[in-house]
Amino acid sequence: MKTNILYLILLTFFFQKNTSAQDINILVGNARAKIEKVTDYEATGKMKTNVTFLKIPIATIKLYFKNPNKFKLISEKGLSFVPKGSMSINLNTIFTGNNFIIIDAGFDKIEKTNVRVAKLLPTDENSDLVLTTLYIDPVNFLILKSKTTTKENGTYELKMKYKKYSLYGLPDEILFSFNAKDYKLPKGITFDFDDGASNKKTIKSEKPKKGEVEILLSNYIINNGLNDNIFK
Amino acid sequence: MLSLLQIELFKISRRPRTYIAFAAITAIVLIFQFAFKSDGQSYMNLMLQNVQDNFELDRSKAINGYFMCYIILNTLLVQVPILVALIAGDAISGEANMGTLRLIMTKPYSRTQILFVKFLASFIFTILLLIWMAILALFLSLYIFGADDMLIFRVKGDESQILQITKDDIMWRYFAAFGYATIALTVIAALGILLSVFAENSIGPIVATVCIVLFFTIVSNINVPIIDKNVKPWLFTSYLVGWKGFFYIGLDAEGQPVKGSIENWPAIRNSLYILIAHIGVFLSIAIYSFRKKDILS
Repeated sequence: MKTNILYLILLTFFFQKNTSAQDINILVGNARAKIEKVTDYEATGKMKTNVTFLKIPIATIKLYFKNPNKFKLISEKGLSFVPKGSMSINLNTIFTGNNFIIIDAGFDKIEKTNVRVAKLLPTDENSDLVLTTLYIDPVNFLILKSKTTTKENGTYELKMKYKKYSLYGLPDEILFSFNAKDYKLPKGITFDFDDGASNKKTIKSEKPKKGEVEILLSNYIINNGLNDNIFK
Repeated sequence: MLSLLQIELFKISRRPRTYIAFAAITAIVLIFQFAFKSDGQSYMNLMLQNVQDNFELDRSKAINGYFMCYIILNTLLVQVPILVALIAGDAISGEANMGTLRLIMTKPYSRTQILFVKFLASFIFTILLLIWMAILALFLSLYIFGADDMLIFRVKGDESQILQITKDDIMWRYFAAFGYATIALTVIAALGILLSVFAENSIGPIVATVCIVLFFTIVSNINVPIIDKNVKPWLFTSYLVGWKGFFYIGLDAEGQPVKGSIENWPAIRNSLYILIAHIGVFLSIAIYSFRKKDILS
């Protein structure tokens, strides 16, 4: 009797695990299918950069995407500091090709929304991606958060909010976080005017500082065809 | 008095050394523009350092006319006092050296008027020098490199910062900066004239003015806390770079630059007061000494 119960428990656990693995594959597949409805898009928006040493105004930007992985972020006027790894702002790039293994990493919660966590491991050893973690809304098949670790450019985190374009899996708000290296110019190199404002001592942290870029997007033009010259 | 001023300006215009200043500025600006046109990216890489690890920036757009002018002024405004000293240091001593000082005194003008006119002539020369600098460093750079937003690289206390000023918010700052530079360089002119009163040849006051400016500038740039606190506030050269204050744009609570703002206007205003006070003191001592000067020996 005891042996039977043990078998039953093991069997239930096995099936549950198997079903769960299937679920996560289907869920990622559904989220991917939603994103892949978009073959190209153009969007305008505002980009606000929060990095301690960068004192730059909010930029008016334009985003361009074309299947499979052409992506460009430009400032409509003036100079703009475009964060490296901004490619990952575009979720399509995560799914380029099928060279990844999906691992179920359980459940989580993002702002009152229950999400499923999926880890994507690239099978290609030469890929710059090391690991991508996706936090997927299982009801609407939307990726609410992603963490991408790369070999060259560190780890990026994306948080997304969807409104008008949720049907296409295109976010209205993106919060892009990354580890910003400290910026230090040698004293005397710039012959600065000491206006007294510099006397306040700043507390230095040894931890890497977090940089954030907030992007508010509007006016998506979806599947309208984009010229390749834009991406040159 | 106007005719006296015209005579002084005529004399300045006839001296070859007057044009050395204009030629030197032209040469320096053109070399800067050539160097940055050929390889400005290297300079930008040096200033951006590890910012490039996190961000991409169109460096060719960053090296624009406004940025070039800032870089040129940063270098030139340290050297221009020397050029101003060439003219101002010669004002009275040059006349004494040539033996024309007594002749001038025979004219129906007071010594105060004569010295004031000499100062005014040096002031006009300074303005012309700055206008020439503005034409070359600002307008020619804008023609060669184009206009775009401007980046300011700054060390503020223990922090390094990169400030971005949008291109529609820059030109007024340059006008203000050139206005400030006029006052700053007038201090040098007043110092040159003061030293000129005590000398019988031109070399002495010119070299003395240059040495004082160089010595004070070097001390002003020694970044040691004890000097920062106790010595720098007493050196007029610490305030010569105050024009940069117009490019330190004010920030809002979220650290975003506020268009049309200056971070610390009171500091700039106080610097201007200090510079104007220096002009007043140097000129007063010069007038007092000139009135007492024995021109018979």
